[in-house]
Amino acid sequence: MATITLDTVRKVYAGGVEAVKGVSIDIADGEFIVLVGPSGCGKSTLLRMIAGLEEISTGEIRIGEKVVNKVDPADRDIAMVFQNYALYPHMTVYNNLAYGLKNRGMAKDEIDRRVKEAARILEIGDYLDRKPRALSGGQRQRVAMGRAIVREPAAFLFDEPLSNLDAKLRVQMRVEIKRLQKSLKTTSVYVTHDQLEAMTLADRLVVLSGGNIEQIGAPIDVYDKPASTFVASFIGSPAMNLLKVRKGAAGLELETGSGLTAANPYGRDRYTLGVRPEHLSLVEAGVPAGALTLKATVNVLEPVGAESYLYASCGGTGQEIVIRVESHARFEPGQEITLTAQAKDVHFFDADTGRRVES
Amino acid sequence: MYKSKLSDHLILILGSVLMIGPVLIVFLTSTHDAVEVHRFGLMASWGDHFTETYNKVLFKEGGFTGQVTGVRMLINSLILGIGFGIGKIVLSMLAAYAIVYFRFRMGTFFFWVIFTTLLLPLEVRIMPSYEVVQQLGMLNSYSGMIVPLLASATGTFYFRQFFKSVPDELLEAARIDGAGPFKFFIDILVPTSKTMIAAIFIIMFVYGWNQYLWPMMMTNDEAHFTLVRGIKQILLVWVGSQIPEYNEAFALAVLAMLPPVLVVLIFQSWFIKGLTESDK
Repeated sequence: MATITLDTVRKVYAGGVEAVKGVSIDIADGEFIVLVGPSGCGKSTLLRMIAGLEEISTGEIRIGEKVVNKVDPADRDIAMVFQNYALYPHMTVYNNLAYGLKNRGMAKDEIDRRVKEAARILEIGDYLDRKPRALSGGQRQRVAMGRAIVREPAAFLFDEPLSNLDAKLRVQMRVEIKRLQKSLKTTSVYVTHDQLEAMTLADRLVVLSGGNIEQIGAPIDVYDKPASTFVASFIGSPAMNLLKVRKGAAGLELETGSGLTAANPYGRDRYTLGVRPEHLSLVEAGVPAGALTLKATVNVLEPVGAESYLYASCGGTGQEIVIRVESHARFEPGQEITLTAQAKDVHFFDADTGRRVES
Repeated sequence: MYKSKLSDHLILILGSVLMIGPVLIVFLTSTHDAVEVHRFGLMASWGDHFTETYNKVLFKEGGFTGQVTGVRMLINSLILGIGFGIGKIVLSMLAAYAIVYFRFRMGTFFFWVIFTTLLLPLEVRIMPSYEVVQQLGMLNSYSGMIVPLLASATGTFYFRQFFKSVPDELLEAARIDGAGPFKFFIDILVPTSKTMIAAIFIIMFVYGWNQYLWPMMMTNDEAHFTLVRGIKQILLVWVGSQIPEYNEAFALAVLAMLPPVLVVLIFQSWFIKGLTESDK
């Protein structure tokens, strides 16, 4: 159990590429932090710096009270779960779990107790004598988790641990990781590019882009109040609709055409306006017009079962927006629709910097 | 699925006959006595001198000084083969480990230096090598026969390629598990390279077993004779008015063939394992 503190951590590679540009995060004891972002955003580098597998260029990382910048990975009291599991292929599951403990000179019966306990928690007790190659992907994943658990470390580090699993197993393991982390109460840092994984697992999300932190916050806060257009388009699926708007005769209008009316609460000349697919409703369906109305032409309807996504273009320039509609709704391509959203669901971003505009 | 046809079998049978036929004839000829072989040439029938010939070849003290038996030569050859196999594997694994896992100045350069020694086979450098061994006083010793040839560019290259294919995460996981460089090598890398080691061992064992020129240069003491030299010796010693003991030469050839065949057979299953189970 420990806190992890990152203080303006930077990583500059030998070639001069700056992968992480001064990141500061305070991770509380027992917290589940998810680092999320597109590939190349520096999330894995950051995790590997916490693990000690990557040197820290400048800044400071503390685990507990101890500065670990120069501490060997083995002495940082962390355990890591890798994307490709990185199980020792020639060792049985038991020895895979026990190896790290043996290296620390732990007594045999204590090792045995911990391995059995981890095997019980993860339900891999039946495979302890098998080699990794005789296990399925999901089982290997469990063994990799087991190797982390037996160590009883101050922190778990997960490097995209679920991305090699199929979709069904991924959901199952996601739930399991969450349950496990809640019961063990071990500080965890989890890296993923999957925003759904990030949303469901995190106590707090850290959205990264280009080596910088875009936003830190509880998943629902990040979702409700994205700090930038980047976060807005990255978190949530389908992504938030973003429209370029400018001050018009009455309120706001689209930069590229007509069809939109909206209030201008902050009095600026230009914005990027955002509204999520699930917050757009059809005026035709009897919903009273709210702070924003938008005329659009239906392109295609994409049913996903529980709901459907309607793709439509607006503003005459073919800019596409997505609207969530109920699953059995019928639309024809070319059909004209009018959409509306409530004031609280309309997000305003600076047209140039992409930062959220708030009063 | 492909259904095998008669013609497939014919091709395979023809291949087997081509490969095994000469060996079989050598074996059968070795069971006849020397006079018969001298008169009728190669034999394709079972002679009745099997025990006699092989007994003589294995246990009769022959050679110029009358000190060396077939068993002695067999042991010498084994020492050479196993010494080469193990020595070259240890040395080239360590070299490859250093090249792949440690960042040191001009590591790649050194690798290519090692690699280019492939262009300089033993025969090209045999004189200076001899001089070095002689000055170290290692003539007429096993270490003199083995140690100077242990550096292996081929082995280093194979192990380097293999280590490069081992995922980095394995090293990282081991580091987090508290394994230092030495522990990682012994606990993880060596067991993971098992199949590679088996393959290199076969190659190097046979290479050492078949050495002819180098042991001949290094030793003039008959107690250090190897089987390969022994075959030649049998035919040499009796030149003159005597009939060469062809049957003994053939018997020795059969004996010289057996251990490499056994090594290949024993390590074969590891080979196949290495090819089919690809996950590291």
